Amino acid sequence: MSVSSKPQAATQAAGPNDGLTYSLRGLTVRHLAAAQAPALHDIDLSIAPGEQLALIGPSGAGKTTLLATLACAHRPASGELRVFGDDPWALSEAARHRLRARLFLAPQTPPLPPRQRVVTAVLAANLPHWSLWRALVSLFKPADPAAAYRALERFNLGSKLYARVDRLSGGERQRCGLARLLLSSAQSLLVDEPLSALDPALSELTLVALRQEARERHATLVCSLHQVDLALAHFPRIVALKDGRIVFDLPREQVTPEMIATLYQGETAAAAPAPAGIAEPVLNVSVCH
Amino acid sequence: MRSSNIDGALAELPPALRADPAWRGRLTLTALAVLVLWPMLVASEFKPWLLFDWQSLSSTAHFLAGFVPPAHTPDFLALLLRETWQTVAIATAGLTLALLGAIPATLIVTERLSISRLGTGRMRWISAIIRQCVRWLLVLLRSVPELVWALLLVRIIGLGPAAGVLAIALTYCGMLGKVYAEILESSEAHASDALLVNGAGRLTALLYGALPEAASELVSYTAYRWECAIRGSVVMGFVGAGGLGQRMDESLRNMDGGEVSSMLIVFVLLVLAADVVSRMLRKRLA
Repeated sequence: MSVSSKPQAATQAAGPNDGLTYSLRGLTVRHLAAAQAPALHDIDLSIAPGEQLALIGPSGAGKTTLLATLACAHRPASGELRVFGDDPWALSEAARHRLRARLFLAPQTPPLPPRQRVVTAVLAANLPHWSLWRALVSLFKPADPAAAYRALERFNLGSKLYARVDRLSGGERQRCGLARLLLSSAQSLLVDEPLSALDPALSELTLVALRQEARERHATLVCSLHQVDLALAHFPRIVALKDGRIVFDLPREQVTPEMIATLYQGETAAAAPAPAGIAEPVLNVSVCH
Repeated sequence: MRSSNIDGALAELPPALRADPAWRGRLTLTALAVLVLWPMLVASEFKPWLLFDWQSLSSTAHFLAGFVPPAHTPDFLALLLRETWQTVAIATAGLTLALLGAIPATLIVTERLSISRLGTGRMRWISAIIRQCVRWLLVLLRSVPELVWALLLVRIIGLGPAAGVLAIALTYCGMLGKVYAEILESSEAHASDALLVNGAGRLTALLYGALPEAASELVSYTAYRWECAIRGSVVMGFVGAGGLGQRMDESLRNMDGGEVSSMLIVFVLLVLAADVVSRMLRKRLA
């Protein structure tokens, strides 16, 4: 119970926000259709460059909203948000849009037009840096198919380079969306439930590829996950959300099975359609200790 | 005889169910519809019996009898080919000019491609005002029928195809701009939104996100508009804008049924061709 009463500060939380990728102070976010309870309430969070953290919590806890806020796709109602040291909503619109090019948000449902070819969809990662002419030409003759192939191959998807998106299975589409992430030049990778359509082996492969990519380019990786066991196995820092508040923000060694049980308490019945990620963690957490 | 039969059949039902509960409502609605429609028919001077007036029937029959065989002298066919070509040229040139105006207008009007709305759901007031102005301009352009534009333009630039081309360009710019924007707004937003959120510009987000979703609908609407432009250019021919319409006006005045029927056959073929092209493009893009 002491866990939920007051969020515990992460070890890395520093005073001045110099050099931090993200710094959030008392941040409150509402859904665009206002007059509702806030989607996120009084969030304090600091994320350093190159840090990798997993967001966990029951459905509707505010994980997606937090990621959208970090991607500057959602304006907070109050509190302080700093991205690379700047308040994005105090910047001019053009500067804010340039900032967005340094962040990459991969939504849970892959945002790929069904009639587009995989190679085009993956190369779309370069759009923020391409001129309109280059983008046009690439529609007729893909600009860098080799780069797209390399990115797809990291997810065992190289053979689908010239396939159309609507010929892919759900899991293949999800990995295709992540291959786009690999081609972006963003310094902050925000990934919303990348494993929701993947089997265990592919889940493992995908998380390894994402973490390796983030490490190589020294980018921040924030990944929301329903599979608590995988979150604990792969991410050094765990941020738990419930009802729009941070319940705990700890290095994974300090996360106990009781905390996880409390986090998902009262959710087992509601989350019945996807029990695998919720029932297992309580059992699997002990493995990590 | 029949009514007693029905009564007999109804006698099996319990007394409470003998009257159909929906019957009264249906009767009332029918009576209401007649009451509302009657004044409209009167106002529009709808007098179908005039069609069966003996004198007009016989003159029509005489005119229609001239339809067979369609005129097919080599001279007339050569003329027909030239005029058809002119009609197609008026429609195509008009539509192309309309596209030159409609595409930029669509890009401005479509809220889907707004960057200032990201994160807040509200556009910058200046963008909102520009959007609204362009929207009003499109309304103005299409609320004036192309025939009226043609009549105005014939006064300004004189008789000939140029008036028809400009009239089509003006009206169709308004129609295409509005409908393109609506097609883009009603297609799946996820792809273009994700590109915008990750920092892509509005035009590239359109090319890589919105167009692949909406391309086949946009193409089929454009092909349909081309078909309408052909019909429109024929109508405008009657007011002196050239093409098949002008020729048809002359043939009708001369009561030359053979020529009229040849031209009607050409219309059917043109519309058929537009249909085939549209279907081919849709299949290619689907």
